[in-house]
Amino acid sequence: MGYTLNFAVVWRNFDRLLEGLALSLGLAVISILIGAAIGLAVAFALISKYRAASWPATAYVTLIRNLPILVLVLFAYFALPQMGVRLDKVESFVAVLAIYSGAYLAEVFRAGLLSIPKGLTEAGLAIGLTPIQIRTTIIAPLMLRNVLPSMSSTIISLFKDTSLAAAIAVPELTFQARKINVESFRVIETWIVASALYVATCALIAALMRRIERRLALPR
Amino acid sequence: MSKTILEIEGLRKTYGSLEVLKGIDCAVHEGEVIAIIGSSGSGKTTLLRCINMLEDFEGGTIRLDGEEIGYHAEGSMRRRKSEKDIARQRALTGMAFQQFNLFPHMTAEANVMLGLLKVKRLPKDEARAIALKWLDRVGLGDRAGHFPGQLSGGQQQRVAIARAIAMNPRLMLFDEVTSALDPELVGEVLQVIKGLAADGMTMLLVTHEMRFAYEVASRVIFMNQGVIGEDGNPREMFVAPKTERLADFLKTSSFN
Ligand SMILES: Nc1ncnc2c1ncn2[C@@H]1O[C@H](COP(=O)(O)OP(=O)(O)O)[C@@H](O)[C@H]1O
Ligand SMILES: [Mg+2]
Repeated sequence: MGYTLNFAVVWRNFDRLLEGLALSLGLAVISILIGAAIGLAVAFALISKYRAASWPATAYVTLIRNLPILVLVLFAYFALPQMGVRLDKVESFVAVLAIYSGAYLAEVFRAGLLSIPKGLTEAGLAIGLTPIQIRTTIIAPLMLRNVLPSMSSTIISLFKDTSLAAAIAVPELTFQARKINVESFRVIETWIVASALYVATCALIAALMRRIERRLALPR
Repeated sequence: MSKTILEIEGLRKTYGSLEVLKGIDCAVHEGEVIAIIGSSGSGKTTLLRCINMLEDFEGGTIRLDGEEIGYHAEGSMRRRKSEKDIARQRALTGMAFQQFNLFPHMTAEANVMLGLLKVKRLPKDEARAIALKWLDRVGLGDRAGHFPGQLSGGQQQRVAIARAIAMNPRLMLFDEVTSALDPELVGEVLQVIKGLAADGMTMLLVTHEMRFAYEVASRVIFMNQGVIGEDGNPREMFVAPKTERLADFLKTSSFN
């Protein structure tokens, strides 16, 4: 093999990778925050006894979960403008990832909601709370604690999915790595460093989530 | 006789094709402590749940201080009240459940304060003062900062009772509040209920503790297959049941 490793070019361009990583994280955070709000509303709709609520929610979740996210990304960026919806590439990617995470988080939240004893809702009703007050003060906080462990892996997946923004030239980490690769021909070095950044970030997210989980754990 | 608080007329409730309450008529007066007894499945829980609209019901009326609970007439139609009106009406009756149902992510104090803050919209310090007063009353003044998971079953049930009573309800409903407790924890909860009865709290009390019913209740209602089988004072009913059903039921109940 005539290939000797030389990381010099990669280090010289390391700030570009970091900028890319920062953008990746930014995309993930905004999308997941919007997605969590969507997911929460949709989860309550999924378990609703009213078909007018549960049916559209089920349709949304099923549709999104059966579409590859890359197809959604390309559709939003290339097809929507033809239909008169004009978004820049970052906006269109955030919209897609938010809608996508909404569907996955809705499923996570739904499972969390189902494990909350009905008696708590009834105790809330019995002291005169309205159904909405019960959702915000009792159900949602308990559901969140239930789902933190499985939410951690969903969030990590969604963070990794930001790499698909490279397909529409959003300058996040994967896009920056590909550029450096093309400019420098240091193929192996570039992708090793980019991979290391992804792995380290995922490990950090997991650690952060475990911390939150411990912080919110109920004393017993 | 003192003022009528609760008036139930022709109450009917079905689950699918199963008729669980088959026409209940009953009036509850201020200060009465009514023990509701009867075999499992006779409709005791369902009766309490209808009184505070945890269950919708198909027929009859329930009035609390003269105001119809859960429904109103619209022409010849009977319509369910708005969720907001029903919530307001539910706050007028307190309920304690077999399974305590404390909010596990809130301290004992926060459990009691929640309704005071969100339903009565009291300022925080006022709500806290009331919560502490009632926790004190149920003997848990020193446990205000504890979470449900850090309390025994008996303590949890006492917090749950404090949570209900702190709302200053017109009527308290207790549904087998000691059935999920270890035997050695039953006494402390019954003691709290006895105290409330002595204070003149009006209450309906579903219980299997026959001795307690005999000692504390001013009146006993025997539920039998969805109707009131007997209704009277405990001494007469326990000593000289009028119906064979009640006599049989009492024979199979323990009086320890
Ligand atoms: N949610 C429900 N769905 C269907 N049937 C029910 C439900 N709740 C209670 N029942 C039935 O109604 C009857 C009365 O129940 P319940 O009021 O709980 O009796 P009790 O409290 O006297 O033991 C029982 O036959 C029970 O199986
Ligand atoms: Mg029962």
